[in-house]
Amino acid sequence: MSHPELDDLLGKGWRKPAFVKNALLRWTLIVGFIAYLIAAYMTIEVDWGRVYEGLDRGWAFVLAFTSPDFISRWSDIWSGLMESIVMTVAASVVGILISIPIGLGAARNIAPLPVYVICRGIVAISRALQEIIVAILLVAIFGFGPLAGFLTLSFATIGFLSKLLAEDIEAMDKVQAEAIRASGARWTQWVNYGVQPQVMPRLVGLSMYRIDINFRESAILGLVGAGGIGATLNTAFDRYEYDTAAAILILIIGIVMALEYLSGIIRARVQ
Amino acid sequence: MPVVEHEGAQIWRRRTTGQSLVRWFGWLLGVAVFVYCWQIISESTTWFFVWDAPRIANDIWTRATPPKWDYITQLGRPIWDTLNIATLGTIIALFLAVPVAFLAARNTTPSALFIRPIALLIIVSTRSINSLIWALLLIAIIGPGVFAGVIAIAIRSIGFCAKLLYEAIEEIDHTQVEAITATGASRWQIMAYGIVPQILPAFAGIAVFRWDINIRESTVLGLVGAGGIGLQLSASLNVLAWPQVSLILIVILAAVMISEWVSAKVRGAII
Repeated sequence: MSHPELDDLLGKGWRKPAFVKNALLRWTLIVGFIAYLIAAYMTIEVDWGRVYEGLDRGWAFVLAFTSPDFISRWSDIWSGLMESIVMTVAASVVGILISIPIGLGAARNIAPLPVYVICRGIVAISRALQEIIVAILLVAIFGFGPLAGFLTLSFATIGFLSKLLAEDIEAMDKVQAEAIRASGARWTQWVNYGVQPQVMPRLVGLSMYRIDINFRESAILGLVGAGGIGATLNTAFDRYEYDTAAAILILIIGIVMALEYLSGIIRARVQ
Repeated sequence: MPVVEHEGAQIWRRRTTGQSLVRWFGWLLGVAVFVYCWQIISESTTWFFVWDAPRIANDIWTRATPPKWDYITQLGRPIWDTLNIATLGTIIALFLAVPVAFLAARNTTPSALFIRPIALLIIVSTRSINSLIWALLLIAIIGPGVFAGVIAIAIRSIGFCAKLLYEAIEEIDHTQVEAITATGASRWQIMAYGIVPQILPAFAGIAVFRWDINIRESTVLGLVGAGGIGLQLSASLNVLAWPQVSLILIVILAAVMISEWVSAKVRGAII
């Protein structure tokens, strides 16, 4: 059903506007992207025979989820899980306690410049290094065991929490803080009554979120010898005991879901 | 309002005696749990190594400096592999995350009773397991190499992308969808013209954000044998070639910073 006269009257038909408005930029992006995909595809070596062989094992693993084996390695699973939980709790407490002063120092509106630079430096270092790399170095220094994992998680917590806390303090309402200062409060009183009530709900929410992340991370630290459930999981995979591995994964998923649910309730209460 | 009588005068208190007792017990319990956790960690720590740590750290530092700069010629290929793992993994994840997100969002799911819980389960289970564990599993199934890394990153990212995307879908402006529906559009046309244009900026933002995280994660996947620069890192660690380790760490830091910078720029341009 084409109406040439009508089309002439109306001009061109309506088209969906493109997401990237600049035509040259759009085509450069598309062509560059396709060229990259081809280059990437050419350089990846995939042993399809090996993949095909592995499909059976993959299917065996999927089936293992329907019959997870909690029993035969229960003592290993239990001790690994306890170690993960212990590391998570201890590292979260220490990490949160340390990140509060550093967060205060990294907020430009309450800290003097030298303190600000130092605290921001600590945050930047902690955020740039991934947990697993920190864990490798700390295991080399402090030896195997949960202490290295505990220190790793504390260090990672500091970077995460201080940065977000500092951003929250920088975005706070100045009027309330000024009112406290006008009443003649000392610096500590000013922070306690002017700043703390404003950032407390967010601090609680972020801390809950970080506990959740710490538990998830503690599950992999065992791969490099820093304690926790990761070592047990690694052994289960190495021995092709998929039913035990499935049991561990189900436990991890269950605990993470429970933590997420709990933190949802707590965050809803404080906010 | 809780008020206490003290020598005939009434004094205002923030909490009643019962409330403050409950809070006090809460804190006591928290401290007790922390002390217990610390004891467990301390029991499984060889304290001799810890007292010896400063010497060991100093020793490693002298061995690791200066970095072996000419080793960088051998790192070109691993860096390219790392980039491929992150990028291809993100692309595959996005393809898989889009249908999951549409099935999980309350306003687009075909069945809130049956399909939505399945989609949410996919999101939670892929999200709560670290990419290193996925890599470990995939190496047992399809053999070590870059391909296992790509798939591990892809699976890990599905949950993250789908979660953010379905939240964006749930927050869309409903009037636009209604306007498209009123023109007599089919279900797919409503998707294409009513929903997709609204979530496209969010989608692009999520893609770049996740790509940035994936660069970080893919640098360490090699530790378990899934290709990329982590392979070189673990090989150098195994032979205690500390000058190579320090160079690799510098390269990883640089990669993480560049990807963070790129992602911040792109997101700034979109939003």
